Amino acid sequence: MDNMTIIQTDSLVRRFNGITAVDGLTFNVQRGEVFGFLGHNGAGKTTTIRLLNGVLTPMAGSARVLGYDPAAEGPALRRQTGVLTESPSLDERLTARENLSIYAALYDVPEDRIDARVNELLEQFDLTARADDKVGSYSKGMRQRLALARALVHEPQLLFLDEPTAGLDPVATKQVHDLILRLTRAEGRTVFLTTHNLVEAQRLCDRVVVLERGQVLAMGTPAELSHRYAHAQRIQVEVSPETAAEALALLDATPGLVDVTRVNTTVSFSGARRDDIPEIIARLAGAGVRIYSVTPEEPSLEDVYFALHGEGEEEVPA
Amino acid sequence: MNGMNWRGIRAVMRKDLKVVTRSKMIMLPMIILPVILLVIFPLLFGLAAIFGGDMLAGEMDDFRQMMGMMPPQLLEQWQGLDMNALFFQLMAVYAFAPMFLIVPMMVASVIAADSFVGERERKTLEALLYTPLTNRELLAAKMLTALLAALVVELLSFVLYAVVVNAVGWPLMGRIFFPNVTWIIMVVWLGPAVAALGLGLTVLISSRVSTFQEAYQLGGIVVLPIVALMIGQFAGVVYFGPGLVLGLGLVVWIIDAVIVWFGVQTFDRDALLARL
Repeated sequence: MDNMTIIQTDSLVRRFNGITAVDGLTFNVQRGEVFGFLGHNGAGKTTTIRLLNGVLTPMAGSARVLGYDPAAEGPALRRQTGVLTESPSLDERLTARENLSIYAALYDVPEDRIDARVNELLEQFDLTARADDKVGSYSKGMRQRLALARALVHEPQLLFLDEPTAGLDPVATKQVHDLILRLTRAEGRTVFLTTHNLVEAQRLCDRVVVLERGQVLAMGTPAELSHRYAHAQRIQVEVSPETAAEALALLDATPGLVDVTRVNTTVSFSGARRDDIPEIIARLAGAGVRIYSVTPEEPSLEDVYFALHGEGEEEVPA
Repeated sequence: MNGMNWRGIRAVMRKDLKVVTRSKMIMLPMIILPVILLVIFPLLFGLAAIFGGDMLAGEMDDFRQMMGMMPPQLLEQWQGLDMNALFFQLMAVYAFAPMFLIVPMMVASVIAADSFVGERERKTLEALLYTPLTNRELLAAKMLTALLAALVVELLSFVLYAVVVNAVGWPLMGRIFFPNVTWIIMVVWLGPAVAALGLGLTVLISSRVSTFQEAYQLGGIVVLPIVALMIGQFAGVVYFGPGLVLGLGLVVWIIDAVIVWFGVQTFDRDALLARL
């Protein structure tokens, strides 16, 4: 494992009562990146986080996280990782300040640093005004912010975020996104992000893994995956008003093209393979269609996800 | 115990104690039970002994029969007391001794149930499992919290009981007569052992149930040996003197050690997460 590799797994396996939750996972995470873990519910995302923190023991395979073996050196490893669990897991009978102070002590923040660190986090996460209220009275967004603050209380190098924006409103979601980008781009921390939200993954992740039934279906940067798996690239062609109807008719009659539409002077189509696009444009031009612009719409992670899983075959993530 | 993360253990204890003291569902039984057992009951018996002369006279045959079953060494101690004072002594010093043990046992069981199962139910356990604490440290923190709380409540209850029985018994006894040696041994030796028993059994039960209520109700079975002690005492089968209390304490501590050993074996993150 080189200096830049912060997580390295090799054929990790974990079963529960005969059901395989993680099935031979092999991947690596590089220092400073946002690494996305995508998959349906039950794909093995949370189990992987537990295995990588030494909270669960693998039944086969191995892992190194920050140079530690999680199964054998869990306590030492967990001093350097922060985890935001799927449910915020906060003590509702305690105040925000108490929640943070207690976890600061648990993560061995020096006693004389705790108050300053807690105040700093309360300020950063916009919780100072309600710092001494019991968490039971907090909104969902406030709880999520507090849980994130708690995961950062000991300034971990590596942060595991399990569905960090699930159930948050757009403003709170943006705050979390900005925070993740700051933690990685400005502070050089590494974020391991599990999410259902493919737009979020596209926006934040340097690399992603698509997981199904505990196995890696695909791994790479969002752009790599788009080119590799999303064949149905959509193309927008802006044409002159007088030739728009002709362009639409011509594309409609072209075998293999689907979802051919026209909005004002722009015609769009999907279903063409990347190599066929120049020929289709040449045929339009040859038929007298006046073309002003050709804009390829890059396939999104969502397209990749559906291409990998088979659209509509199973539960569709948000 | 070298190498234990005591700072982390103290942090969990602080958290658990704060959480417990802010729950009415937990605090109410911990206040009401000692008040009923250690204030109201002795008050009633005291008042009956002081003002209920006729009533006691009516029951005198039964009372004499009961006294006949008492150990001779006890009767010897009580020579010279009139019947009403004897009745009060019997109830306050002798009959209430095993009943007092319910207090530390119940407190330990309730707090352990909340700390182990309640935390799982409130979904706060997972964050704790991701901290650097080892399984052993986490278990130690949770057990020490329950034990510490049980011992504090036991001690406060003992002081309260001593004040109440001496105050109520003053017109009958004319002196401070409580505590005796048996009670002191009970409070410092048998009480903590019984608290640890309630705690240990609740920890074992906790790994098999899903809710605080289930753990609390199942934990209630630990009171049965105490009830058996009370019946045995009234029937004259056992005499709650210093020897019995010391011996009983030793037996219970040995049982505690076995239960704690089993608890340590069954307490691991894997098993806890499987039930989340």
